[in-house]
Amino acid sequence: MSKAAAPSKLRRRNAWYGYLFISPMMLGFLIFLAAPIVYAFGLSFTDYSLLHPSSFIGGDNYVRLVSGDKQFWHTLGNTLYFSAGLIPLNLGLALALALLLNQKLPGTGVFRTVIFTPVVTSIVVWAIVWKYVFATDAGLLNQILAALGIEGPAWLYDTALVMPVVIVVSVLKKVGMNMVIFLAALQDVPKMYYEAATIDGASRWRQFRSITLPMITPSLFLTLIITLIGSLKVFSQIAVMTDGGPGTSTYVLVYYIYQLAYKVFDFGYASAVAFVLFFLVLLLTVVQWNLRTRWVHHEQ
Amino acid sequence: MSNKRQRAVSAAIRYVLLIAVSAVILVPFYWMITTSLKNQTKVFEFPMQLFPSPVVWGNYAEVFKAQPDFLLHYWNSFYIAVVVTVGTCLFAAIAGFAFAKIKFPLRNVWFLVLLSGMMIPAEVTTIPNFIWFSKLHLADTHFPLIVPPMLGAGGIFGVFLLRQFFITVPSELDEAAEIDGCTPWTTFWRIMAPLAAPAFATLSIFTFLNSWEDFLDPMIYISSSRLFTLPIAMKLFTDTAGTAWHLLMAASVMATLPLLLVFFFAQRRFIDGIATTGLK
Repeated sequence: MSKAAAPSKLRRRNAWYGYLFISPMMLGFLIFLAAPIVYAFGLSFTDYSLLHPSSFIGGDNYVRLVSGDKQFWHTLGNTLYFSAGLIPLNLGLALALALLLNQKLPGTGVFRTVIFTPVVTSIVVWAIVWKYVFATDAGLLNQILAALGIEGPAWLYDTALVMPVVIVVSVLKKVGMNMVIFLAALQDVPKMYYEAATIDGASRWRQFRSITLPMITPSLFLTLIITLIGSLKVFSQIAVMTDGGPGTSTYVLVYYIYQLAYKVFDFGYASAVAFVLFFLVLLLTVVQWNLRTRWVHHEQ
Repeated sequence: MSNKRQRAVSAAIRYVLLIAVSAVILVPFYWMITTSLKNQTKVFEFPMQLFPSPVVWGNYAEVFKAQPDFLLHYWNSFYIAVVVTVGTCLFAAIAGFAFAKIKFPLRNVWFLVLLSGMMIPAEVTTIPNFIWFSKLHLADTHFPLIVPPMLGAGGIFGVFLLRQFFITVPSELDEAAEIDGCTPWTTFWRIMAPLAAPAFATLSIFTFLNSWEDFLDPMIYISSSRLFTLPIAMKLFTDTAGTAWHLLMAASVMATLPLLLVFFFAQRRFIDGIATTGLK
């Protein structure tokens, strides 16, 4: 009897430690994530504002969102434009660089470090400096173009050019991160697969398509989702480089939420817009989890 | 022979591509550093100076004269990032350890509940948090920049990362410690935490960076200039007369340097950490 008592006492003590150890994070989750998301959902059915007493207005905010607010659709379109430009450029460049660096050539360590450097540079500084590089008169780029006899455009004040510029700046900031992840995935592909394929006379391209690509698909997919979610939340580089402009041509979701909530204090409506962002991210996360569990089986 | 030549050509193409991408990435660093050393009158000179002449080191001292609070803003950014980083590592590690190694009822359910928090964008919770923090008179303080990132989505990412790591530690190790009379705390502190150094290195640098470059939260919460962090202090170099680019660039160099140095010295461990801690 006493023999059984001791382990059960130990088990009970360990359980207390378990709860104790997870309690700070669980409390943080409750106070800073779960409760706010519920409250934000409630707010989206009110006209809560710091400027006047608030009242319940049912689904009016969502009606306004869908049918009354051209700016919202324009903003959503801009956000998707940003994502659609960023994703292929970022992943394509990251994969290409990883493939280039996966060879044992001298100097690859230096390139890897250089390309990763922007990842550990503050996004605000990164955006400030690029804003200066793209400046119309004194910018480095237009000075170089001028030296070649070309009159450079007003990069950040041209509605057609400004978004591509922000996309390129964003790609260069984060491409090193994805490159390192791909590089690690590439190094996990067993060498013997390539050796066997070479003996069978498979071309380089064929090896890439039939060995490399399938083997790194899980990494590729995870990176795609993370990068996509990140791109939907873009804010800093927009706020620093363009302030949403010229006009509203670089308004993106988070920038719009920021404007609605903290410039015009329309917290109710801002919450409704925020929930669009929430559902987009939720949808992507669910897709990721479903496909990920499917892939884990293949890996084992 | 032709095979050899083919290989040489392919290596040359590879270098050209790598050099091209690296050059583009180095452009802003070059522009930042050279401008920070230029005489104010030469900043807009045309044709531009490729290298500053004369080299004006005084710009760096001038930053502190033009913005007497710059050091204070620097300190604010620094201490906030350090507190967030240390706190995240500690709280994420004990939770990650508990989820990986301690048996308690509904462990996996709690873990999934916590994990669900990772898909809640901080940008969405910011409105309720702002309202609550304002009512609690915490709005114009550093509290919103320290505690929610530590115990919110960023912390949960850390829990996930460290749980992944602790799961890979053989269970013989903690079972032996328990038989020797270790409590879960001593097992964690004496045995597990030291083993997790690579995971801590990765988590630390990301957490520090996220705090250091956080722009949205200080924009929302901080209004008193003595509470500014560096990202929002940068706007002080622009006034109605325009932007003092030479000073702004000097300030940018100072804001970038510490993290870059840490990265250069620890990059092996750091990049390997990304590769091995389940981030891929």
